[in-house]
Amino acid sequence: MPVLTTTIDPNSDVFRANQRALSEALAEVDEQLAAARAGGGERYVTRHKERGKLLARERIELLLDPDSAFLELGALAGWGTEYAVGASSVTGIGVVEGVECLISAHDPTVRGGAMNPYSFRKGARAADIARANRLPVVNLVESGGADLPAQAELFIPGGRAFRDLTRSSAAAVPTVALVFGNSTAGGAYVPGMSDYIVMIEQRSKVFLGGPPLVKMATGEESTDEELGGASMHARVSGLADYLAVDEVDAIRLGRQIVSRLNYRKRGPGPTEPADEPLHDPSELLGIASADPKVPFDPCEVLARVVDGSRFDEFKPLYGSSLVTGWASIHGYPVGILANHRGVLFSEESHKATQFIQLANQIDVPLVFLQNTTGYMVGKDYEQAGIIKHGAMMINAVSNSSVPHLTLNIGASYGAGNYGMCGRAYDPRFLFAWPNARSAVMGPAQLAGVLSIVNRQSAAARGVPFDEEADTTMRELVEAQIEAESLPLFLSARLYDDGIIDPRDTRTVLGVCLSVIDNQPIRGTRGYGVFRP
Amino acid sequence: MSTETSTQGITTVLVANRGEIARRIMRTARAMGIGTVAVYSDADRTSPHVEEADLAVRLPGVSPGDTYLRSDLLLDAAARASADALHPGYGFLSESGDFARAVSQAGLIWVGPPADAIDAMGSKIGSKEIMRAAGVPTLPSLVVDGDELPSQDAVRGLGWPVLVKASAGGGGRGMRVVPNSGYLAEAVEGARREAAAAFGDGTVFLERYVADPRHIEVQVLADAYGETVALFERECSIQRRHQKIVEEAPSPAVSPELRRRLTEAAVAAARAVGYVNAGTVEFVVDRNGDPFFLEMNTRLQVEHPVTEAVTGLDLVRLQLLLAAGTPMPDEVRDAVAAGPRGHAIEARLYAEDPTRDWLPSTGRLYRFEVGSPGSAVRVDSGVQSGSVVSPHYDPMLAKVVAHAPTRTEASASLAGELARARIHGLVTNRDLLVRTLHHPAFVAGATDTGFLDRHGLDRLAAPLADEAAVSRHAAAAALAGQASRRGAARVQRTIPSGFRNNAFRPQQVTFDVGGRTLTVGYRFDRFGREPMSVEIDGEPLALDTVTVGAADVALTTGGVTRRYLVDRAGASTFVDGPDGSSTLVEQVRFPRPDERVSEGAALAPMPGTVVRVGVAKGERVTAGQVLVVLEAMKMEHAVHAGQAGTVVEVDVSEGDQVETGRLLAVVEADTARAETTGDQTAGHGDSR
Repeated sequence: MPVLTTTIDPNSDVFRANQRALSEALAEVDEQLAAARAGGGERYVTRHKERGKLLARERIELLLDPDSAFLELGALAGWGTEYAVGASSVTGIGVVEGVECLISAHDPTVRGGAMNPYSFRKGARAADIARANRLPVVNLVESGGADLPAQAELFIPGGRAFRDLTRSSAAAVPTVALVFGNSTAGGAYVPGMSDYIVMIEQRSKVFLGGPPLVKMATGEESTDEELGGASMHARVSGLADYLAVDEVDAIRLGRQIVSRLNYRKRGPGPTEPADEPLHDPSELLGIASADPKVPFDPCEVLARVVDGSRFDEFKPLYGSSLVTGWASIHGYPVGILANHRGVLFSEESHKATQFIQLANQIDVPLVFLQNTTGYMVGKDYEQAGIIKHGAMMINAVSNSSVPHLTLNIGASYGAGNYGMCGRAYDPRFLFAWPNARSAVMGPAQLAGVLSIVNRQSAAARGVPFDEEADTTMRELVEAQIEAESLPLFLSARLYDDGIIDPRDTRTVLGVCLSVIDNQPIRGTRGYGVFRP
Repeated sequence: MSTETSTQGITTVLVANRGEIARRIMRTARAMGIGTVAVYSDADRTSPHVEEADLAVRLPGVSPGDTYLRSDLLLDAAARASADALHPGYGFLSESGDFARAVSQAGLIWVGPPADAIDAMGSKIGSKEIMRAAGVPTLPSLVVDGDELPSQDAVRGLGWPVLVKASAGGGGRGMRVVPNSGYLAEAVEGARREAAAAFGDGTVFLERYVADPRHIEVQVLADAYGETVALFERECSIQRRHQKIVEEAPSPAVSPELRRRLTEAAVAAARAVGYVNAGTVEFVVDRNGDPFFLEMNTRLQVEHPVTEAVTGLDLVRLQLLLAAGTPMPDEVRDAVAAGPRGHAIEARLYAEDPTRDWLPSTGRLYRFEVGSPGSAVRVDSGVQSGSVVSPHYDPMLAKVVAHAPTRTEASASLAGELARARIHGLVTNRDLLVRTLHHPAFVAGATDTGFLDRHGLDRLAAPLADEAAVSRHAAAAALAGQASRRGAARVQRTIPSGFRNNAFRPQQVTFDVGGRTLTVGYRFDRFGREPMSVEIDGEPLALDTVTVGAADVALTTGGVTRRYLVDRAGASTFVDGPDGSSTLVEQVRFPRPDERVSEGAALAPMPGTVVRVGVAKGERVTAGQVLVVLEAMKMEHAVHAGQAGTVVEVDVSEGDQVETGRLLAVVEADTARAETTGDQTAGHGDSR
């Protein structure tokens, strides 16, 4: 089988400069991840622990099978907003009793685990992942409900959380709620909609209205134990299926429930040898371009990601700005589409379309490595039908029914983002490297376009063009677009599932492929009308 | 007379014994072309001695009284299996004159001395009289007749302190040292009770007590034609509770002159009772170097291999030949003429805990590997990997014997082999043996029966693995466990161990090991290749490199690589390394609420029978008060209250069979937060 070779020189200036830039970018991301891990900060963490409670991440660590992986998703949700980074919750995919589960935990040290608009988006994304990949859902519940000042943004769309739970259940994907503390008012429906509910003696409180609200509403005197105590729910209301003596016991019961789900993966499983790449994945830090304008050879990336660095390139001599071919990652066969020199031409569009169809014919998942500035513009290209061909590729991507994984390793601009399976095209997972950028176009181009339009407008109106104001405008716009195309900005808005260390690419894709494997893979045989 | 040897008619020998000695006897029988018949109790159904025999006959039941002590069943077994000889081994019926007689009367060859000789030597009191008459030096003694205690004057005549001994005794049972007259009545009563229970004969006698003597014995062989020879001495001074644990030949304390005196006395002793076959005459040698006759063991001795090593003889073969009427072979005379060659030391590996009052350890022996490849040590064992050691019989697992040109080499090589042995699942005296063999006093030959007390059992029995070693063992156990779990993962098996894209804390596993509780934290590198950090209770373990497999882990620290072999069974992980061995019990991640052991719970320290329940529910108890008494291995073990308080639960009643760890009773402390240690709350056995 063809094996990728490398021409990388780890001692070259370019390599070192890239490595330096990547390390700096990673350090910035790490700092934010550390902030997310710190939850509500020392004071609230200490207070939480003093109450004899486990932190959200401790609960998750205990729930997981020892030594198994936990792929955290949306860890930087809410970054740069008025809310804490992480959006007062921890979400990810972990292995419980040998079953891959979508795990979500409120972080009660962050404003009592109250949900804000980013928490909601993070939760909605988690629900999408669980449904698409048929993952049992385990919710570790302890939340004060909605962050009330943000209710306007939350209340109406927030209902989706409960709808998602019961739809998941309807699709025979089990849902488990372990209630560690308060889960009241609207929050009561998270356990309420779950298939299995574990509550903890003296700890769990699940009611629609607490004592003051009941008093206001009906004048009835009541205690919170009477209204929603774990013991009451286990013995009287029947809302709790299991009564745990403490947090550890609740997690034990959660694991016990999952172990009895009779869960079987329905995918074809890994079929190829899962040997490590021949080339050192650490070198990816020096391969990814620090400068988004400088393209790099995706085969150097693949040589450090795919099993045994084996890659069977498809149509190597045609449309060479896009690399396509077959490989496997952690034993799972994949088809790969990777931008080579940024621009997509008609040939690349044809090649991609054909390749995507081929993968659908043989039920093989696709991996998109984005590093594109978009489809080619210009008279020749327009006249040759670049729109038709770009549309063809987008058609192929949109209607492909094999699972897609997308990774932005450099740039994802313009319609290239769509053709290369951007977020709107529902890849099962989408991650970005810390050097990656994504926007409708590059900041300079966008500012330049605005400037030209303004200049034309001034000319049409016969007024003099203010060059000074134009320069200022361009600088401002460039800065704004640059900031908005950064991965932290995009990750904060759940436009990707996380920023990953390039060295973890193989592992992250491997976990995702294993997760995908919970569902059968069935490529589409019928397509929308193509305009060749 | 011709020196041509033959076994005249012995074609099949039934070995009326079990364990290592049964295997030992059958090994020689096989080599001589003699068929072998094993007998086995229900507890020994799958024991190696049964698997290795040509034929095997079941003795229904488990207690020795129902099985190996049933002469009728043994004779019936011999008849069914068409055996024409019976070898009794040691212990059980080996020193029963009645049994020897019954065997002969059944037309079988008894591989042992004549019944009359056994009887003559069987009574410690009677034998001493015979020895005195034969001119063999003996210690002054007094028989206790009936319930009357001897007069103070008579006892004073022996000289305080005195030793109370069971006439029919052996192995230290029924033996008591009495410092002065105040304790005499109690000691006699206790010795009687124990002797009656153990031997069916409550007769005891008093003897001058020789403080810290050397225990030296002489191997004798006699044929049926009047030739009696002595095969030199063995020293067996290293003892625990009068039970030998290290034996050697020759004795470092025996001069040619003393050897001559000992052998002459031994031959005279054997002749005095018309002895035939192999036997051992035991002496105590006091500080002046004077020997006194102790007793004669009319059978093959446990420690016979050291004599075999230094003489090159096979004593079992000679027993079989002599029993069949063969005259003393020339090779024996040659060996006597040649004198002892080199030095041999035997160590007895027992499944018992020297640090917990020699508490026997029973259960499954997951792995038993003694003797590294290419090593010359001899291992006579009754068990193998996977054997179950039951509480019904002697807890000796094996005898390990090293033979070398010098005593120093022999002790060093034996210590080395013991230290390298892989023994999993049971607590043993291995570390005690290794430390004893390495002890400067032992190396200097300064051995006597007070050795363990003098040099401190606490130090001698301390684990070979020191605190730093135990930390490394815990790390090795955790990492190997990790490799095992990854290898068995149902999903994501090839994904790096413990991968996190937002690492929160290391993987953690908590072990109980040697009374300590250690939490090992470890984090693998992003590619899952090797751990990038390992910490013990939060303190980083300085490691250069680590190689991890499910069964072996190599830790390199300060440029030195130590390789550990790791094995698991249930919650236990066994680590063997160059710095000792550890058994680590992984704490349950999720204890079931109904299985959580409450403070104040007293658990059975060993399997046994409840012989007494000392408290009732609701009763107030003081710390240390006896809650329950268990009997196991013929010893009584009291389980005490770990704390003062109220008995809130009594979970057993008299006659119950209990397993290790079974809840016996629960004492609720007076105050909600009583200061207790783990040891106390668990209760601990106290042998009486």
